[in-house]
Amino acid sequence: MQYLAPEKTADAVKLLAKSKGQVHLLAGGSDLLVRMKGGYIEPDVIIDIKRIKPMQDIKKTATGFNIGAAVSCAQMGDHKALRRAWPGVVEAANLIGSDQIQGRCTVAGNLCNASPAADSVPALIAAKAVAIVKGPKGTRRVPVENFATAPGKTCLKKGEIVESIQLPKRAAKMADAYLRFIPRTEMDIAVVSAAVNLTLGPRGVITAARVALGAVAPTAILIPEANKILKGDKLTEESLESLAEVCSAACKPINDKRGTIDFRTHVAGVLATRAARLAYTRAGGKL
Amino acid sequence: MGIDTPMKDRVFKSVGTRPTRPDGIDKVTGRARYGADFNMPGQLHGSILRSPHAHASIKSIDTTKAEKLKGVKAVVTSKDFKTKGITDPDLLDIIDNCMASKTAYYDGHAVAAVAAVDAKTARAALKLIKVVYKKLKHVTDVDEAMSPGAPLINKKCFTQGVEPAPTKASNIAVRSEFGHGNVSEGFQQADIVIKRTYKTGQSHQGYIEPHACVASISPDGSGEMWVCTQGHFVFRQQCAEILGLDAAKLRVTSSEIGGGFGGKTHLWLEPVALLLSRKANRPVKLVMSREDVFRASGPTSTTSIDVKMGVTKDGVITAAEAELRYASGPYAGAWASYGAMTSFACYDLKNVKTVGLDILVNRPKTTAYRAPSAPMAAFAVESMIDELADRIDMDAIDLRIKNAAKEGTRSSYGPVYGPIGIGATLDAAKKHPHMKAPLGPNQGRGMACGFWFNFGGQSCTDLNISPDGTATLTFGTIDVGGARASMSLVVAEELGIPYDKVKAVIADTGSLGHNEMTDGSRGTFASSMSAIRSCRLAIDDMRQRAATMWDIDLDDVTWENGHAHAGGSSGSNHAPLSIADIAARAHKTGGPIAGHAQIVADGAGVSFATHICDIEVDPDTGQTRVVRYTVIQDAGKAVHPTYVEGQFQGGAAQGIGWALNEEYIYGKDGRLENPGFLDYRIPVCSDLPMIDTQILEIPNPNHPYGIRGVGETSIVPPLAAIGNAVSNATHVRMTQVPMSAPRILSAIHANKDSD
Repeated sequence: MQYLAPEKTADAVKLLAKSKGQVHLLAGGSDLLVRMKGGYIEPDVIIDIKRIKPMQDIKKTATGFNIGAAVSCAQMGDHKALRRAWPGVVEAANLIGSDQIQGRCTVAGNLCNASPAADSVPALIAAKAVAIVKGPKGTRRVPVENFATAPGKTCLKKGEIVESIQLPKRAAKMADAYLRFIPRTEMDIAVVSAAVNLTLGPRGVITAARVALGAVAPTAILIPEANKILKGDKLTEESLESLAEVCSAACKPINDKRGTIDFRTHVAGVLATRAARLAYTRAGGKL
Repeated sequence: MGIDTPMKDRVFKSVGTRPTRPDGIDKVTGRARYGADFNMPGQLHGSILRSPHAHASIKSIDTTKAEKLKGVKAVVTSKDFKTKGITDPDLLDIIDNCMASKTAYYDGHAVAAVAAVDAKTARAALKLIKVVYKKLKHVTDVDEAMSPGAPLINKKCFTQGVEPAPTKASNIAVRSEFGHGNVSEGFQQADIVIKRTYKTGQSHQGYIEPHACVASISPDGSGEMWVCTQGHFVFRQQCAEILGLDAAKLRVTSSEIGGGFGGKTHLWLEPVALLLSRKANRPVKLVMSREDVFRASGPTSTTSIDVKMGVTKDGVITAAEAELRYASGPYAGAWASYGAMTSFACYDLKNVKTVGLDILVNRPKTTAYRAPSAPMAAFAVESMIDELADRIDMDAIDLRIKNAAKEGTRSSYGPVYGPIGIGATLDAAKKHPHMKAPLGPNQGRGMACGFWFNFGGQSCTDLNISPDGTATLTFGTIDVGGARASMSLVVAEELGIPYDKVKAVIADTGSLGHNEMTDGSRGTFASSMSAIRSCRLAIDDMRQRAATMWDIDLDDVTWENGHAHAGGSSGSNHAPLSIADIAARAHKTGGPIAGHAQIVADGAGVSFATHICDIEVDPDTGQTRVVRYTVIQDAGKAVHPTYVEGQFQGGAAQGIGWALNEEYIYGKDGRLENPGFLDYRIPVCSDLPMIDTQILEIPNPNHPYGIRGVGETSIVPPLAAIGNAVSNATHVRMTQVPMSAPRILSAIHANKDSD
C-alpha cells in the first residue's frame, strides 16, 4: 500500500488520475480507516488531503462560506460566524460520531461516503450548498443534492476531488435546522432525518423554503413541493400537516436492521414539521 | 469463636465500609493486564475461519495451500480434535462448537484455524483454505423451529425429559416441568383469567473485552495458558480433557477481565489455541474481534413464552401456568428450565405449573447471561401481574404484596423458602419517594420484581501472614466486580487489621485447589466463606504461637481486635501481642503462619429485587427516555456497599438496554446483520439517568457474615419494569422485547386504528 500526502489540489488530482488499483482519498479517515480495519477494503493507494492548504480552512467570502474538504466538523462547531449563519448545517455536522470522531470527520468526507443516512447531507441540500469539484478537466460546481447517485456512489469521475463546499450568504430572518431519529442519544446513525431551511419576509411570512430528508431513499432527497406548501404564509398547523404529508409521500425507504418502511415514512413527516418549527423560530418567526 | 461460627448481631468494623479498590489504579492507568496484553517469546498469531452460512454441511476442507504459505506454522480443523474416549455430551458439544465437524450450524461457526508468524500472514492463509459447503435450510426463530416442517438441526435430537422417550427427532432438545397444586382447579376459582404470549430478542452480554488467550504446549505434555475467563480452574479441567492432558500439568492463569456477565464461563477459542500451539510447537495467541464475539460466542436465548394467570376480584392469584420456549442455539441446553423455575418464584401460589422447552435453532450456542433465563420469564410474568392488577382495579404493588412469597412458602420450583427478602423489597418500594413522585406528560411508571437462586459450590483459599504481620489472601475466583476489595475487607475484619494491610491475590491453577467459577453470584459469597475459615485457622495458629511465646496454656489465649490476649492466671503479666509481634517470632515458634481452607459453600440464599422506573415515550416517534430508575435489593450483608450498588446499577443498565434496543437481527439468509456495537445498541452514558439504589440487609443465616450474592438479580426485573412503564405511558400493552421505537410506534398506531 502506498500513502501519498500532496500539498496542492492540482497534485492530488494528478496522483488520483494516474494511480492504479484501489485508490482512496483520506480526509479524517473516520469512514476509510474503519473499513480498512474491518477488512472490507484493501487499498493500493491512499491519498491524504489534509496537507493541502486551501482545504484546511473555513473562509467567509462575498458569496457566503467556503468550507475546505479537510475541515473537521469540530472546526465548524467552533466557527462562530458559520454557526450563526447556518445553525442547521453545523448541528448536523456536529452530530456525527463522538467527540473524538468530531475532531477528525469532515462534511466533504460525509458527502463523498454517499451514505443515504449521512447527517450533514440533508442539511447541506436544504442550505443549497455546492460542492467545488476539481479534476483533470478543470473545476465543476455540483449542487449537493446531485452529488450522490446511489448508496456509496457519487458523480465524481476518475481524477476528481472535492476541494470545498460552499454555502450561500445569509441575511436576516433566515435560518435552518436539522433533526434526526436515532435509537439512542448519541453516537448513532440516522434512521430518518430532516433538514429545513427557511427565509422569512415581513410579519413572519415565509418567502422561501427548502426541505430535505435523509435515510428514506437511496440518497438524501430534496422535497421540492415543500417550498410551494410553506411559501406565502406563516408557519401554520395546516401547512405543517401538508408538509408532513408531502415528506412522507416522497419517502422510498427500505426495511432494515435500523428501521421499518412504516416507521421511516411516518417519522420523516414528524421530523420535517419539528425541524420547520425550529428553523422558523430561529429565523425570528413566532409560532 | 469456632471456625464455622455463624453471624449473630455482629458489629462490623471493616465490612460495610467503602475503601478504594486495590486494583483500581492499575485499571484506570492501563497498567493492568487483560487477555490480549500478555505475550510469550516466539508467540504466533492465531486466526479462525468461520462459516458464512447459517446452516451447511461441510463437504470438504482443503488446507494444503494455507499450510504451504510462508510463515504459516500450523493449521487445524475438527480432524485435529481427538474425541475418542470423550463421553460427556456437553464436552462433545463444546468441541463441535469450537470447531465444526460435519455441519456448520450458524453464521460464524468456526471451521478451521491457522497459526502464523503475524496477523497479515494468518489472514492470507485463511483465504487459501478451501471449504466446500452444501447449504441447508435454516431456522433462526424459536417458534418456527418448533413448527412442523421446520428444518431439523440435529437428526439425533430426541427430546430429553419426556417419558416415554420420543422416537421422532425434533428441534425440542429438553423438556422440564415444575409446579404443584392443580392449575385447572385454580383457574376455576379465578374471577379474571388472562392468557398472553410474550417474546424477547436475543441479547448478548456485551462485555467490553473480547475473548483472548495465549496458549503454550510443550512437547513434554505440559502446558500453560493465559486467558480472560470467569473460571480458570474450570477452563483448565475442560481443556485438559479435550486435549488429553493431565489437569495438573496445564497451568492456567486468569488475566484481568473486562466484563463477563456469564459469557466467559464457556470455552469458545481456548482449546483451538492449545491445539494450534501443540501442532506448531510454539506459543499461540488467539483474540476474537468484536464481530467474532457477536457471531460466535454465547449470547442468551431468544424466547417465546405463554403465560396464563387467574386472580380473584380481591387480588388472590389462584393459578399460574407458563410454557417457556428458549432457543439454545444448535446444541441442547438447560436454559428453559431456569426460566421455568424462576418465573413464579416471587409468589406464594397454591396452583402453579411451568414447562420449559429448549429449542435448537441456527444461532450461536447460548450461554449464561447474568441470572440466565430469569429476565425473560420475569418480563412475561411481571407484565401479566400489572395487567391483572389493572383488570381488578388494584394497585400493582398491592397485588404483589398480597401474593408475595415469604418464609415457609413452597416455591414454584420446589424448595420451601427460609428467610427471604421479597416482602421487604416490596415494602421498601411502596414507601420509596419514587413511587409518589409526579409524572410529566407522556410519562409512565412501571415496577417489577425479580428472583435469582444464587449459587455456592467449591472454593479454596490460602491466608499467609508475612514476617511483618501483613496478610496475603490467595483465592481462586476471578475479580470481575470488586472481589479483591471485598476479600480484603473480610480478611481485615476477621484478623482485626486495617484494610490496607491485606493483599488479595488471585491464584493460578497451580497454586490452589479447584475453585468453581465467578458465576451464579457465588464469588463473594463462597470465597469469603472460605477466606473467613482460612483466617480463623490462622488465628488458631497464632494463638498457639502466642501461647508458646508466653509459655502458657492455649486455652488461656484469646483473640481480639487483631491481638492475642493472655487470660487466666497469667493474664496481667503479658501485654497483648499483635500479628506483627507474633509474625516476627514465627521462625522460632514453628515457621510461617498460614491458614488453608477448602469448602463446598452451601446455602447461598435466594435473592429478590424490586425495581421502579419512569419512562417518557414520544407519541409521534415511539422514542423512549428513561426518566428515573430505582433498584431495591436484598444483599444479605453488603461487604463493600459501593460495589453492591455498582452491581445493582450495572444489572439495571444491562436490562434497560435489553428492554429497549439490544437484539440479534438475522436476515432472511440466516446471517447476523448487526455484529457490532453500532447496530447492537447497548446504552451509552447519556441514555441512562443516575440509577438510584437501596440496599436491604436481610442476613443469610448460612453465611458467617450473612452475605448473599448480589451480582445477578438486578438484571431480572428491568425488562418487565420498563415494559410496564411503557405500557402505562402509551396505554398499549407491550409484549415484545426489545421495545424499539418502531415497535412502540406501530403498537400505538395499531391501538389507534382499533379504537
